[in-house]
Amino acid sequence: MPLGVSIIFSGSGAWQQTGGRPLFAEVGMAEDVNQETPIPEEENGSEFEIPEELRGQVTITTLDKLYNWGRRNSVWPMMFGLACCAIEMICVAASRYDFSRFGMEVMRPSPRQSDLMIVSGTVTKKMIPQIVRLYNQMPEPKYVLAMGACASGGGPFKEGYNVVSGVDKFVPVDVYVPGCPPTPQALLHGLITLQEKIDKQSIQSVRWYSKQASEPIPIPILGPDLIDPRDLPDFAERQAAVEEKAAAEAKT
Amino acid sequence: MAETESTKVLDEIKTKFGDAVSPDEREGYDGYLVRAENLLDFATFVRDALGYDYLSSVTGVDYIVEDKMEVVYHAYRTSGGPALLFKVQTQREKSVVPSLVSIYPGADFQEREAWDLLGIEFEGHPDLRRILLWDGFHGHPLRKDWREAYFEEDQKPFGNRWPEGKVYRIEDKVPFNKNVKYPANFTPEGWVPEGEGTLYASLGRMEKSNGNGTGSEHIVVNLGPQHPSTHGVFRMVAELDGETIVDLKPVMGYLHRNHEKIGERNTYIMNMPFTDRLDYICSMGNNFAYALSVEKLMDVQPPERAEYLRVIMAELTRVVNHFWAIGFLLNDLGAFFTPALYAINERELILDVFEAVSGSRMMCNYFRFGGLARDLPPGTAEVIRDLAFERLPEKIDELERYLTENEIVRVRGEGVGVLTAEQAIGFAAAGPVLRASGVPYDVRKAEPYSIYDRFDFDVAVRYNGDVYDRYLIRVDEIRQSIRILQQAIQDLPEGEIQTGRPQYQVRVPAGESYGRVENPKGELGFYVISDGSPTPYRYHIRAPSFINVTGMAEMSRGQKIADVVAILGSIDIVLGETDR
Repeated sequence: MPLGVSIIFSGSGAWQQTGGRPLFAEVGMAEDVNQETPIPEEENGSEFEIPEELRGQVTITTLDKLYNWGRRNSVWPMMFGLACCAIEMICVAASRYDFSRFGMEVMRPSPRQSDLMIVSGTVTKKMIPQIVRLYNQMPEPKYVLAMGACASGGGPFKEGYNVVSGVDKFVPVDVYVPGCPPTPQALLHGLITLQEKIDKQSIQSVRWYSKQASEPIPIPILGPDLIDPRDLPDFAERQAAVEEKAAAEAKT
Repeated sequence: MAETESTKVLDEIKTKFGDAVSPDEREGYDGYLVRAENLLDFATFVRDALGYDYLSSVTGVDYIVEDKMEVVYHAYRTSGGPALLFKVQTQREKSVVPSLVSIYPGADFQEREAWDLLGIEFEGHPDLRRILLWDGFHGHPLRKDWREAYFEEDQKPFGNRWPEGKVYRIEDKVPFNKNVKYPANFTPEGWVPEGEGTLYASLGRMEKSNGNGTGSEHIVVNLGPQHPSTHGVFRMVAELDGETIVDLKPVMGYLHRNHEKIGERNTYIMNMPFTDRLDYICSMGNNFAYALSVEKLMDVQPPERAEYLRVIMAELTRVVNHFWAIGFLLNDLGAFFTPALYAINERELILDVFEAVSGSRMMCNYFRFGGLARDLPPGTAEVIRDLAFERLPEKIDELERYLTENEIVRVRGEGVGVLTAEQAIGFAAAGPVLRASGVPYDVRKAEPYSIYDRFDFDVAVRYNGDVYDRYLIRVDEIRQSIRILQQAIQDLPEGEIQTGRPQYQVRVPAGESYGRVENPKGELGFYVISDGSPTPYRYHIRAPSFINVTGMAEMSRGQKIADVVAILGSIDIVLGETDR
C-alpha cells in the first residue's frame, strides 16, 4: 500500500449528497480504516461508484474540513513575549509540554509569517502601539490568544497608570486563557480551543475571503496619556457627560 | 565593632563638614542628612576617604506633609559591611538636586527614574530624560498628589464600593471607560505626539570624515521592543559606523507596570504576590528580600526551620535562574533552543518542588513576615535531596561538557563586552556581572543575611569581565548553590515555620528599612518606609536587572552589532524587574 494517499475532494455539495456525513470520517485515517474493511459499494451511502483499485487509497471529504485540517495543524505563533506569561509560553515550547505535537512549534519572530499572536503578559500603554502595529502586520487568517489575567483584563496591575486593562480594548481576541500565569497545561488547552474554533470556520464565510478588505486598526497615540484614535470625534462630549453624571451623583 | 566603626565615620564627617551634614534623627531613620550644596563634596569624600565605592541605590521620597522632597542614597564598600545612608532634602515644587553621575556613574538610570516618576531634577545629569514613561506623559506618577484614573483611593482595601447599596464600577466614572487621565483643557484632536526626537538627539549623531573628503554618516538601528533576542520588550537604539557600535541607548518602560505606585496603596502582605512578578524567574528570591526588609521594621525573626527552607528555596531559585540564563545566552549566540531545552528540563524539575510547596510553578508567594506560608509537603525533602546530591551535580557537568570548550561559545564570548572591575563598581553592576569582572562581592558574604553565615561556600569570581566569563561564573555559582543546598537539606531541623500567629494585616512601626539579598541577577533591595499605617508610605525596589543595564553602552562600544545580543544575554535581564 503506497503511503501517499490521493485525495479527491469536493465542495460542500458532496457533503449534502451524503446526508451531512463525509464518506470517510477523517482524511488521515482513511487508509488504515479501509485496509481492513472496505466499504461495499451499496453501503457507502453514495451514488458514486468507487473503483476497486482506488478503495483504501481515496477519501472524500469536504473542502472546509480539508482546509481547516491544514490550518489547525500549522498554527504558527509569533515569537513575542511580553512578561511573565512568556516564560510559561517558552515552557510550552520546550520538551515537557511540547506544542510541536500540535504543529505549532514554528515560532516566527516576524509578524508577516505568523498566524497566531499569543499576547503573553501585561499590555502597557507604552507597548500597545507596537502590539497594534504587529497585529496589523500579520497576514490573514490571524488569531489572537490573550494569555493570562493581564492580557485578558489587566490582571493584578489593572489599576496602574501605564497598564491597558486587556488587549481586547484594541485588538480582537479569539481565545482567553485565565491564570496568573496560566500553567502550560492551561495554555495548551487554550491552543486546542483555538483549533476547535478553526475547525468550525467555513471557507465560504471567513472574513479573509470576503469582499470587504479588513481595515487596519488605528494605532493608538502616546499623548499626555494613551489616546485611542477611535475615540476622538466625540471626546469633549463624552468627557462632559461623565462630568455631568459625576456632578449629578454628588448632588444626590 | 560596627558601633565603633560608625562612630569613627561620624567623627570624620563632623570634622570635615561641620553643620552641613547632620545625622538623621527622625524616629526609625538612619544615616545622614546632607545639604544640597555640599552633596558633591560629601559624595566624593564618602567614596574616596571613607571607601564607600559602591553606590547601590538612589531613590526619592515625597514627603507631602512636610512639603519636602528627599533623595536617598545607599552606599556600600565592595570589601563588605553595612551601608552608609545619606539623604538630601529639597523643596517639593521644582526640586533640584545635584547629580552624582560624575562621581558614581551607576546613578545614571536611577536618577532618570527619580526624575520620571517623582519629578526631581538632577542638575548636571548628562542625559536627563524620562526613562520608564514616554516623553510628553502628563505628570510624575509617584508624587503623592498624583492621582490615577482608576482607583483613586489612597489605599487598599477600598472604602465601600457599594455606597447606599448602589453598585458602580470605577470604569463608569472615567471618559471612554478607560484607564486614561488627560490634563484639564486637553484637546486630543490637535495633539502632536512628542515623538522620539530627544532620544535620537541624545545619541549625538555625527558626520564622520575619513580624511579624503568623503564623509560617511552613522546609521541608527533600533532593536526591539519586539525582537527575538531582547528577552522581552527591551529596546536598544544603536548608532553604527558600518557594523561597529559607536553609541547605544537602552530604552525601557515597555513593561512598566506601576509596581511602586500599586505597592504604596497595598497593605504590606498584599505586596508579597506582586514581588513574585518582578523578576518572574526568581520569585522566591524576591519574596526573600521583601520579607527581610519588612521584618527589619517589625523586628521579628523567622524560626529556625523557616530560615533553612528560605535558604533552600533561594538557592534552588538561583539554580533555576542560572540554568535559564545559560540556555538563553546560547540562544542569543545562535544555538537556537537546543541548550535551552537541556536547561529547561532541569528547571521543570525544580519548579515541581516549588509547585509542591507553594501551589504555583512560577509565582510562589511563599514567604511571610516571620516565616513561610506552609511547610514542606511529605516527600518533598527527599526530592530536594535527590536533586541536590544526584541530579543537579551530574547535569551541570553535562551542560559544561557541551558548552564550556565549545569553539563558538569561546570565540563569541572571549573578549566581547568587557567591563573592567573599576567600571563594574562605578556602574553599580551587581551579581554575576560584577563578579565576572573580578570583584568578589556577594551580599551573602559581604553582609550575611538570614543564616548564610552558617554555610560553607565560596564566592565565585572571574577576572576577564567578558561574555564568556559571565557564562562561566553562572556555572560556578550553580555549583556553589548546590553545595549550600546539600548542607541545608542535611541540617534541616524540625519545628515551626512561622513566628507567632499568621497575620493578614501586620503592624509595622514607623521608620525606614532597606532589605537586600543576593538574588541570582544581583543585589535586590527593597527600600520601605512605614508611617505606621497599614500600607507602606514608600516602597522602592533596587532592581539589579535595571541597574546592570547602565553599563550596557560601555560594554557595547566598539563591538559589532551582532555581539550586542550576546552582551545583553550575558547581563541576563528580566523585563519585569527592569521596568517594574
